Amino acid sequence: MLSIKNIHANVEGKEILKGINLEIKAGEVHAIMGPNGSGKSTLASVLAGREQYEVTAGEVSFLDKNLLELSPEDRAREGLFLAFQYPVEIPGVSTTNFIKAAVNEKRKYHGLEPLDSVSFLKIMKEKMKLVEIDQSLLSRSINEGFSGGEKKRNEIFQMAMLEPKLAILDETDSGLDIDALRIVANGINKLHSPERAVLVITHYQRLLDYIQPDYVHVLYNGRIVKSGTKELALELEEKGYDFITEGVDLNA
Amino acid sequence: MIDLTYLNDRFEHLQQVSADDGIAGVRKNSFDSFSKTGLPTYRTEDWKYTSIGNLFDQSFEQAGHTVSLADLEALRMPGHHKANELVFVNGRFDAALSNFLSTDDELIVLSLKDAAKGEYKDLVARYLNKSSEYMKDGVHALNGAFIEEGVFVHIHKGKTPQHPLYIYHILDGRAHPVMAQPRGLIYIDKNSRLQLTETYVTLGVSDSFCNGVLEVVVDQNAYVEYYKIQNDASNASQVSTTHITQIGRSYVHTVTVTLNGGVVRNNMNLVLDADGNETHLYGLYLLKGKTHADNHTMIDNRQPNCFSNQLYKGIADDFSTAVFNGKIMVQPDAQKTNSFQSNKNILLSDNATINTKPQLEIFADDVKCSHGCTVGQLDEEALFYLRARGIPKEKAEVLLLQAYAADVLTHIKPMAIRAYVEKLIYEHLSIV
Repeated sequence: MLSIKNIHANVEGKEILKGINLEIKAGEVHAIMGPNGSGKSTLASVLAGREQYEVTAGEVSFLDKNLLELSPEDRAREGLFLAFQYPVEIPGVSTTNFIKAAVNEKRKYHGLEPLDSVSFLKIMKEKMKLVEIDQSLLSRSINEGFSGGEKKRNEIFQMAMLEPKLAILDETDSGLDIDALRIVANGINKLHSPERAVLVITHYQRLLDYIQPDYVHVLYNGRIVKSGTKELALELEEKGYDFITEGVDLNA
Repeated sequence: MIDLTYLNDRFEHLQQVSADDGIAGVRKNSFDSFSKTGLPTYRTEDWKYTSIGNLFDQSFEQAGHTVSLADLEALRMPGHHKANELVFVNGRFDAALSNFLSTDDELIVLSLKDAAKGEYKDLVARYLNKSSEYMKDGVHALNGAFIEEGVFVHIHKGKTPQHPLYIYHILDGRAHPVMAQPRGLIYIDKNSRLQLTETYVTLGVSDSFCNGVLEVVVDQNAYVEYYKIQNDASNASQVSTTHITQIGRSYVHTVTVTLNGGVVRNNMNLVLDADGNETHLYGLYLLKGKTHADNHTMIDNRQPNCFSNQLYKGIADDFSTAVFNGKIMVQPDAQKTNSFQSNKNILLSDNATINTKPQLEIFADDVKCSHGCTVGQLDEEALFYLRARGIPKEKAEVLLLQAYAADVLTHIKPMAIRAYVEKLIYEHLSIV
């Protein structure tokens, strides 16, 4: 589904990603872990198409398309979803109208008729239950005055509405209390299916108590330095990142 | 140098045929003033950023039109079947196209000439052209010099007309360039209310110039909502002066929306001439192409305990220019004045220009006045967020701009007018 080959990327002239390789197949859950500043969020941003990030080498194919040639909106419409680490507050744009526009843009892209209001509301009600989000939040402006937990839940709700093929969750666990974490993880698990893949980016192991990854990768200094199964995450939790980073040649 | 001698001939002619209409004196004074000052240039401080002189490179017609009821039908605003509709064609009050649902015991609409001679002659004598005490420029004088078929509206004491008042300015540019100089005087008597919406439409493809002056007098305990909607053709220019004097403790609320046009200059003057007046001024301008919109506000606090608040917001895209000049005067007697002003701008293009200037003149010592202005860009993070959900860039920008406009639009209280403006804005922003 997603194939990343030797990606190098710069931010403001500084190389952050230094040759990343990653293969994700449908149905798989991958976790990328790593210490602060290792390049985790940069990878998420590069995949979603944030313009400040300059890809200097490498290739990414998503569903057999050259992902890097697509605009951010086309990536989304092809089925890529990024749950933001810091969801933006957008005063004046109603959450419901925004999600309706997003859903219908995606349908249009795939040659489908737009959803009428009745069908849209019906689907919305189902998905609201799934992520335990309150109607009152959705009638407000996007993320305006939402708590940290509400913002993250709104991300998962949007993901549920857009039904992506590949969901990238960028530090979705940060700033969540244990109840919110459980709800968010639940939402992700319910959406997971043999056709869909999930890429979880996280600093801590705790989200992985709820979401069972098939593979765990450690990102350090712009490279994946170790890959393994979920046991690797437990080992990291126990021993810290030092046991991985010691002995990695930064100049290699 | 532009040759304006043809205006001399027209003025002489008008004075001859209307010598006894009760307004000849105002015209004479105005024409003298115009002759002395001429059209403003960029050297005139209040016209530093806005030039209208070159509009006069061509000879405008003022006479003759073929506007029909069918033409009017096509441009009426929502809610019109429940509104009093006052129609000016080429600057002249047109009684045949106008339609009043309210009865004479609520309000009365007269031609200025009739008002100047009849029951309301004292009011006309006292308040017609009071604005010239503040407006010393030649454009304002030019309107006064050519008052011909103006209108007088009186809202009677203690009345709240069931129907709002809509004013249409239709300029017939189907045969030749057209100039209109509409003039109105509205007196809102004690304990009465008025909701007023004014709009401008040029028919045909010729250039047009509308130089309008509306004077409004608000008496004790009256309540006024005033909405100005400007979305005319790209070669339709105007100077639109609204001069509101609050002579009794009263409430005034205005919203000015400027979308399309050529050179658009708005003068929104508020004279707070009674203890405890309250005034709210809002403005929204969304400019593209080569539109030049200049909003000059002036609040003259003359009496104590007055409150005023101003919020003007806008964007400038393409080659457009936005000007905001907010003047607040606090006279020595106007202690305990509270006057706030905010102007916020978004610059969308390297070729667009924004000029913003607060101007405070305070001669009292116990006052609270504040002003602020900002010029910024669309929030890149918000734009990326919307795009990352599959909304194309152009639509995402429209969404953000609509959101930006929303906190002015919420101050348009009649739902029919607000929905109408929202629709105009959506269409205006969606045309690339």
